[in-house]
Amino acid sequence: MFVRGLKRKCFDGEEDIEGTLAGIKAIPSYNLQRQSLLDMSLVKLQLCHMLVEPNLCRSVLIANTVRQIQEEMTQDGTWQMINTQSTGQTSLDRLVSTDILCRSSREQAEGKQVPGYSSFNKDFEDDQTQDSSETMSTSSSVQAPRNLQSNVWEMENPQESRGNFQKSLDQIFETLENKSPNSVEDLFSEVDNSYYDLDTMLTGMMSNTKMGHCDGLETFSSPTTATSNSNCKSDLNELDHIVEILVES
Amino acid sequence: ADIISTVEFNHTGELLATGDKGGRVVIFQREQESKQQPQRRGEYNVYSTFQSHEPEFDYLKSLEIEEKINKIRWLPQHNAAYFLLSTNDKTVKLWKVSERDKRPEGYNLKDEDGRLRDPSMITTLRVPVLRPMDLMVEATPRRVFANAHTYHINSISVNSDYETYMSADDLRINLWNFEITNQSFNIVDIKPANMEELTEVITAAEFHPHHCNAFVYSSSKGTIRLCDMRASALCDRHAKFFEEPEDPSNRSFFSEIISSISDVKFSHSGRYILTRDYLTVKVWDLNMENRPMETYQVHDYLRSKLCSLYENDCIFDKFECVWNGSDSVIMTGSYNNFFRMFDRNTKRDVTLEASRENSKPRAVLKPRKVCVGGKRRKDEISVDSLDFSKKILHTAWHPSENIIAVAATNNLYIFQDKVN
Repeated sequence: MFVRGLKRKCFDGEEDIEGTLAGIKAIPSYNLQRQSLLDMSLVKLQLCHMLVEPNLCRSVLIANTVRQIQEEMTQDGTWQMINTQSTGQTSLDRLVSTDILCRSSREQAEGKQVPGYSSFNKDFEDDQTQDSSETMSTSSSVQAPRNLQSNVWEMENPQESRGNFQKSLDQIFETLENKSPNSVEDLFSEVDNSYYDLDTMLTGMMSNTKMGHCDGLETFSSPTTATSNSNCKSDLNELDHIVEILVES
Repeated sequence: ADIISTVEFNHTGELLATGDKGGRVVIFQREQESKQQPQRRGEYNVYSTFQSHEPEFDYLKSLEIEEKINKIRWLPQHNAAYFLLSTNDKTVKLWKVSERDKRPEGYNLKDEDGRLRDPSMITTLRVPVLRPMDLMVEATPRRVFANAHTYHINSISVNSDYETYMSADDLRINLWNFEITNQSFNIVDIKPANMEELTEVITAAEFHPHHCNAFVYSSSKGTIRLCDMRASALCDRHAKFFEEPEDPSNRSFFSEIISSISDVKFSHSGRYILTRDYLTVKVWDLNMENRPMETYQVHDYLRSKLCSLYENDCIFDKFECVWNGSDSVIMTGSYNNFFRMFDRNTKRDVTLEASRENSKPRAVLKPRKVCVGGKRRKDEISVDSLDFSKKILHTAWHPSENIIAVAATNNLYIFQDKVN
């Protein structure tokens, strides 16, 4: 096996992962991509607009995608494996892999290094406040349907996990049907009070997000500053980073 | 100027209506062609502007109802006035647009300013006469069709009987009579008893141009259903079901999303249906349900970018599609202010750009090309340089001439064939 440089040209194999992302288990790339997609979809479903009803077509399509992934993962048996890794570090890697997923196809087409990614990753690793990263990642795993946690205890029972998952999807649909100003608070109600800053930041971000606003595919190359949330402490700037990438504000 | 959300020519092409995100409708009228300036072949000027819908608040759900105009459809003309339907997410309105170029003068009881005259000062009687005045175009709401849709209206379509029309939301389609505003018939209902089982929504609907009993509706799963209202009052069972079998080699987690149909249009002949999904436009023969007759790639270079487009929500953009008057050319929009035309006979296609920077007024548009990798030639644009915030979702084609209207965010472009 060749020793590859740190240039992240292609995301095409385990050796790249081990070389570039320290501390991650050598998970096959397809599973990683799939998990990232699942996380992204769940975030999209839960971060709904408050004042205007969310688009039902979009929500249905995202929910169908989530179901599809979940079914495939249940068939694979990987559903249980992923859920045993409930540490913050793994969730962090899942966030990073979203970035990889969306860069990889582009880089495969162009075969050039994207400078933004390395700066993003550097921020991640250089930052002393691992707490903030874990805060984000823990809350994101909380925001994911509760079945992820329940599955830690119900590993023997894929049917039930499907049921829990279904329940969470149902909840999302009910929320969509009966929109009330408190529904965001309901969705986030499991989040510990210590994550309140994250909550305000996320909702603040959503109100600043324009529908259909796209900065082109160069979304990661220049981290834009977060919303005008003056409450953000400096150690929450990294959270802004991560959430922006997920939410594309 | 606000973001344009719909564009529609009337049946003669004399008028062009646009609706915007702020609930306004702007109507343009084509100038009479004059012999003095033959090169100015009937340009479009603003004819009327009015506020069609206002933002509302649904107190029961604590939700805003956007005033954005989703669709405008014209009624055929019967007299001097013009009629159009405009709709936002919840309410359809019928507007009458009429001209006034005379006004009465010489009233007995009031003077020219409208103030009442002192009766003791009136000594003679006179008959008011109509005198010409500056042309005034008035728009008045004639009907308001409200409270019939729980979900967001995505389509309206005037029936060929000119007495009824339909409005479609995500889960239901209602049939209205123009004269009756306090009730409508529900003709399609795909809402499951248990909302948790919802996996498919209605994305667009249209009446057949000649057969007043037939209509089609498309879904988020890439299917089209043709329904016959003679069969039953509730058209839950389709007469025809159009679906292309999935290509297993192209399957991905995004397959369903990109197969979702964003627009459906009958051809003028009534024989074909045009559908738009995220990457293609397809022409279907009404007599062949198992696959489309023709498929055209709009921007296949985006197929490898679907994950990014999913992340930034662009994958959910709803592009419209249109036929030309003779059903020989179809047109649809793309990103970077590009729009595409496909000639069904010659099988040639062209990509054009609606942008002030890149073309002067009255200059012939230069075809554009997106390069997908490898060496980029001069004048080509690479996929990664495309601006995904500049999307052309709404276009319209004049019913008989080669004049097109293209909405690029908050600008309206009108292009016509070059005169030799």
